[in-house]
Amino acid sequence: MDRRHHPLSRLLTLAGLAAGPLLVVGVFFLLPVSGMVAQGFVVDGRFAPGEVLEVLARPRVRRVVWFTLWSAAAGTALTLLLGVPTAYALYRLRLPGRAVLRAALLVPFVLPTVVVGVAFRQLIGEAGPLGGLGLDGTPVAIIAALVFFNLAVVVRTVGSSWESLDPRPAEAAAALGAAPLRVFLTVTLPALRGAVVSAASVVFLFCATAFGVVLVLGGLRYATVETEIYLLTNNLLDLQAAAALSLLQLLVVTVLLVVAHRARSRRAAPIDRRTPAPARPGRGDLPALAATALALVLVALPLGTLLAGSLRVGEGWGLDNYRALGTTGSGRALVVPVTEALGNSLRTAVDATWMSLAMGLLVAVVVTRRSRSTVERRVRAGLDGLFMLPLGVSAVTLGFGFLITLDQPPVDLRDSPLLVPIAQALVALPLVVRTIVPVLAGIDDRQRQAAASLGASPLRILASIDLAALRQPLLAAGGFAFAVSLGEFGATSFLARAEHPTVPVVIFRLIGSPGLDNLGMALAASVVLAGATAVVMLLVERLRVPGLGGF
Amino acid sequence: MLRRLTTTARSMIGATITTVTALALASCTLATESGEDASGTPDRSAEPGSTVVLVTHESFKLPKKLIRRFERESGLELEVRPAGDAGSLTNRLVLTGEDPIGDVAFGVDNTFASRALEAGVFAEYDAPVPPGAEDLAVPEGEGRLAPVDQGSVCINVDTAWFERSDLEPPATLDDLTDPAYEDLLVVPGAPTSSPGMAFLLSTIAEYGEDWPGYWEDLMANGAKLTDGWSDAYFVDFTGGGGGGKRPIVVSYDSSPAFTVDERSGETTTAALLDTCFRQVEYAGVLANAENPAGAEEVVDFLLGEEVQAALPENMYVFPVDGETELPEDWARFAIQPDETYSVDPAEIAENRAEWLTEWTDVTTR
Amino acid sequence: MTETGLELDGVTVRFDGTPVVDRVGMRLPAGAVLAVLGPSGCGKSTLLRAVAGLEPLDDGVIRYAGRDLHGVPTHRRGFALMFQDGQLFAHRSVAENVGYPLRIRRRPRRESAGRVEELLSLVGLEGYGDRSPATLSGGERQRVALARALAVEPRLLLLDEPLSALDSSLRSRLAGDLRSILVAAGTTALLVTHDHDEAFAVADRIALMRSGRLVQQGTPGEVWRAPADAEAARFLGYASVLDGDPARRVLAAAGLPTGHQVALRRSALAVAEDGPLVGTVRSARATPEALRLVVDVAGVGEVEAVAHGSGVGPGERVRLAVDPGRLAEVPMD
Repeated sequence: MDRRHHPLSRLLTLAGLAAGPLLVVGVFFLLPVSGMVAQGFVVDGRFAPGEVLEVLARPRVRRVVWFTLWSAAAGTALTLLLGVPTAYALYRLRLPGRAVLRAALLVPFVLPTVVVGVAFRQLIGEAGPLGGLGLDGTPVAIIAALVFFNLAVVVRTVGSSWESLDPRPAEAAAALGAAPLRVFLTVTLPALRGAVVSAASVVFLFCATAFGVVLVLGGLRYATVETEIYLLTNNLLDLQAAAALSLLQLLVVTVLLVVAHRARSRRAAPIDRRTPAPARPGRGDLPALAATALALVLVALPLGTLLAGSLRVGEGWGLDNYRALGTTGSGRALVVPVTEALGNSLRTAVDATWMSLAMGLLVAVVVTRRSRSTVERRVRAGLDGLFMLPLGVSAVTLGFGFLITLDQPPVDLRDSPLLVPIAQALVALPLVVRTIVPVLAGIDDRQRQAAASLGASPLRILASIDLAALRQPLLAAGGFAFAVSLGEFGATSFLARAEHPTVPVVIFRLIGSPGLDNLGMALAASVVLAGATAVVMLLVERLRVPGLGGF
Repeated sequence: MLRRLTTTARSMIGATITTVTALALASCTLATESGEDASGTPDRSAEPGSTVVLVTHESFKLPKKLIRRFERESGLELEVRPAGDAGSLTNRLVLTGEDPIGDVAFGVDNTFASRALEAGVFAEYDAPVPPGAEDLAVPEGEGRLAPVDQGSVCINVDTAWFERSDLEPPATLDDLTDPAYEDLLVVPGAPTSSPGMAFLLSTIAEYGEDWPGYWEDLMANGAKLTDGWSDAYFVDFTGGGGGGKRPIVVSYDSSPAFTVDERSGETTTAALLDTCFRQVEYAGVLANAENPAGAEEVVDFLLGEEVQAALPENMYVFPVDGETELPEDWARFAIQPDETYSVDPAEIAENRAEWLTEWTDVTTR
Repeated sequence: MTETGLELDGVTVRFDGTPVVDRVGMRLPAGAVLAVLGPSGCGKSTLLRAVAGLEPLDDGVIRYAGRDLHGVPTHRRGFALMFQDGQLFAHRSVAENVGYPLRIRRRPRRESAGRVEELLSLVGLEGYGDRSPATLSGGERQRVALARALAVEPRLLLLDEPLSALDSSLRSRLAGDLRSILVAAGTTALLVTHDHDEAFAVADRIALMRSGRLVQQGTPGEVWRAPADAEAARFLGYASVLDGDPARRVLAAAGLPTGHQVALRRSALAVAEDGPLVGTVRSARATPEALRLVVDVAGVGEVEAVAHGSGVGPGERVRLAVDPGRLAEVPMD
C-alpha cells in the first residue's frame, strides 16, 4: 500500500498559506535589515566579524542595553498595572461614556513623538504646572510617556478578550468561597492570559524600541539601543557598531518572543465565548475604577496641555492656529497645507489598514491551526515570531536598508509611493496579529470540523466560524492599524515624498520652523490628528452590532 | 508533492494568491491616485534628460512658482526627494554612492562635507559661484561642491528678560560659565541636533584641547540639554513663547527676526555675535548620476538670483550671494556676525565620533 | 444483499511516528449503525476523524459506496459529524444552526424552513427554533446537534461520544431516542464511544478497539457472547474474568466444558438452595431489582452474586447457582 500522507505536504500547505505575508516580510523587512547588518560585517570587501563583536564589549553598550531593558520592563509592568483594570472598567462595567473613553485612550497612539515630547515637557518642565516634581530629564518622565503611549494596546487587547469572557466560571469560583482577588487570579487571569501576554509582549517591544520620547524626555542623559543605533547610523555612519547593536536588538527580541510564546501556549483549553451584559459598577470595583481614573488622568494631562497650546494666540486665546491649517504656515514653512496632508494621511492609513488586516488574518490563521507534529508546531511558532520582528528592529536600520537593498530590479522600489503604506502595514502587523490570534486560538477546532462535515468549504468555514468570532477583534485590529498608520513617523519620514507628506511629517516640519505661530499650528494639527483618530475609533465602535451576527 | 496537498490546503493557497493579487492591484490604484508624479518608478533611461532628481534634507523648500519656471525653461522635470537631516542625507549619499538615489544633492553642510567628499559622492562640476561666496567653499571640495546658503549658530538671549531682571546679558562663551548666569542656558544636544553640533564646534574652536573642561564648567553652571532645537527654543527659552524659564539659548543669527514684538515693532531677542559658528550648505552633482547634465542645471538654478532671494523666507538661511536683497525683518533684525569660529571640515570628519562620545561623557556624567 | 457502505482497509494514522490507528479494517453496510467501543486514548476518535477526512492517512484506504475517499475533503464527503458537546454555533439561533447545512447547499428559504421544523420535531424540540443555544440544556443541545447533522440526510453520520456528556438517566433515554431516530431516518452511522451501554443501545454492530487496533467486531450479541479476550470482556461490562481453577469450577457448575477463561456478569451467580457452589457472604447491598452480594466462594475467591427475595446478610453461608446465559467463555490469552 502506498504512503497516503506525507508530513512534508502539511508543511507545504503551511508555506502556501504563509506565502503572501512571508513575501512581504521577506522583501520589506528581512532583506533590508540583513543588507544593513551585512554592511557592518564587511569591511573593505572582507568579512570581519571580530570588530563588530568588539563593539559589544564597550562599557557604554552595556549601559545602554541595561537601561533599555529595565526601562522597557518598568514601562510594560506599569502599563499592565494600569491597563488591565482599565480594560475591565471600560469593557465589563456599565460606565457612562465608555465608548468615548475607549476612543480617547487610543489618541496618544497616533500623536507624533515630537509633539508628545513638547506636551510632556511643557507639563513637567521647569516652567510647567508639574515642574515642581522635578521629573524633567529623569527616567520617570520617560516611563510615564511610555505608559501614556501604550495604555491603549493593553486596554484594547485585554478588553476585547475580557468582554466576551464567559462570566460563569468566575461566578462558580465566587460561589465556592473565593474572594474577588482570588477569583481574578485563579479564574479570570488564566483565561485572559493569552491576551495579557500578547499585549505585554507588544508593549515591551514598543517600549524597548521607543525613540523620540527617550531623546526628548531623557535630556540626552539616557540612551536606549534604539537611540544609539540612530545616532551611530544617522550621524556617525559607524555601521559596524550599528550592526552589532542591531544584532543584539534582534537577539533580545527573539528571546522575548520565545518566552512570550511559551507563556501563551501554556493555556490549552479553548475558552467559551459569550458576551454578558456589562455590570453596574459596585463597591468591589473601586480599585479598578481608581486605576482607570489614574490612567485617564495620565492620558488627559498631556493632551490638555496640547489643546491649551493650540488655542493660545499671543497673550490670549483663539482659533487662529486652526484657521491657519488651510495655509502653508507662517513664512510658508510647508510645501502643502495641513488639510491636504490630512488627506494624504487618511488615504495612506486606509491602504495600510487593509494591507495589515489581510496579512494579519492570514498569519493568524496559519499560526493558530492545530499542528500534527513537533516540526510543524515549531514552524508555526517560528512564523508567529517572525511577523513580530518588525516591531523590534530599529526604523533607521530598516530605512537605510531599503536604500541599499531595494535598488535592483525586480525590487527597485526605493522611489515607489507604495513603500509608505507597506512600511506602516508592517509596523501595524504585529498588533493586528496579536489582537486576532488569541480569539482564533480560543475557537474550538471542532466547530470548524463540525462545519466542514456539514459540507462547509474552507472559505465558508473561515467566514462562518472564524470571521464570525473575529468581527469585533478585527474591528479593534483595524482601528489599531489605522491609528498606527496615522501616527507613524519614523519610517514615513524616511520614505514619504516631498509633495505628499502625512500629518506627522508636516507637524515635525512646523515644529522645527522658527516663529511661534508655526508651533501653534503644529499643536493645532496634532489636535486635529488626535480628533480625527478619535472620531474614526468612535465610528468603529458604533459598527459593533451586539447579539447574534454572522453571515 | 503539490498534488499531495489536501484539497483544503489547495483552496487555502488559492485564497492566499487571490489576496496577494488583490493587494498588489489595489496598491497600483493607490499609486496612480497619488498625483502627477506617481507614474511608479520614473523610467529615466527611456527618455534621458527628462527628469532630474534632487536629493535634499527635509527642510528644503522653494516656492512652487520658481520650480515651475525652472522646469519650463530647462525642459526638465524636477523631482525633489527629502532625506532626513543633513547628517542623514550625507550618510544616505555615502551608502548609495554606487547607485545614487538621485542626480544632484543639496544640503550637505560644512560639518559633513569632508565625509561626503572622501567617499567620492560628488562628481566634478565647477559651478558659477556668486560674488562674495568664494570664501565659503570647502577647500577640498573645489570644483565639486558649490555653497548655496549660509547661516550662523549663535547664542541668543532674551533681551527683554535681561532688561526686566536688571542683568547685563552675556557676550562671550566665557561669560556662560559665570555664576551670574547660573541655570539660565539651554543647549540642544550635539549628537541629535545640527545647531547643537555647531555650538560644540564653536567651543572646540575657542578652547582647543581644553573644550571638555569648558563643558564641565558649563554643566556645573546649570546648563540644560535638550534633544532638539525646537524643544530648547520653544519649551525652555523665555523668548520662544512657550513660557520657558531660561533666557539664554543656542539658536541662529536669524532668530531675532522672528521675535519681533507687534506693538513696539522691535525684536525682543538678540544673537551674541562673538559666539557664532557658520554653517554653509552645499549643492553638487552626484557621481554616477543618470542625468548629470540636468543635475548641473539644478546647481546653477540654486545659485541663481531668484532662489537666492527666496532662501530667507523659505529655508530661514542667508543667501551666499552678497548682493541679494533681504526681507525687511531680516534686514533690520537678523544681524550676521563679521567673524565666526571655524573648524576645518577635514578635522571634523576625522574627529566627529570621538568628540561626540567625549561630549556625551562630559555632559551626562 | 445489502448495499456497500463504508469500507476501511489497513487504515493507519501516526502522530509523530507513533501509530494511533493501526491497520484498521472494517465494513459498515448502508443503513446500519456501527459502534466503535474502546477506552479513551485507544484511537477511536482519531479513526472517526480519519473517516471524516480531518486526519490524513499514513496508510490504508477508506471507501464509501465503493469509491476511494483519498483526496476528497471533509466538506465534499457528504457525511455529518456530531461531537460529544454538540459544538453548536453560539452566535446563531437553534433554527439557524439546524439550517446551516441547508444554507450551504443553497436550498430555497421556504423549503429549508419546513425542513428545519420537521427535524426539530423529529428530535422532539418543536418550537425551539428562535432560542439561542446558550439557553438550552445539555440534552437539548445534543438533540439540536443531531437535527443539524441529519438536516441534509448525510450518507454517513459520524457520532463522537454523542451522549457521554449527559447524565445517566438522560443518557439511557436519549440512547433509545437516538436509535429510533436513526432507524426512522434510515441513516448509516458510525459511533465512537467508551460506554458499552450506549454502544449496545444504539448500534447494530460493535467493533472493539484497543491501542489503535480492532480486537473484535460483530453484532452486539456475538460480541457479548464471545469477548475476544479478558480485557475485552471487562470492557464490555463483565464484572470479573476468572481463569485456572476458579474458571474450571464455575464452568463445571454451569455444566459447560472447561479449558477457557470465563467472564462473569454481576448476576451470573445467584443464591439458590440447590446451587452447586458454596460460599460466605462478605457484603450485601440492596438495589431495586435484587440484593447485590460479594461472596467468598470456596476454591473460586471473592465474586459478585445476586439474591432475589429473602434477606441474606454478611457472614451467612449461601449456595450459589450459575446462569450459563450470563457468562461468557473467553479464549485463553
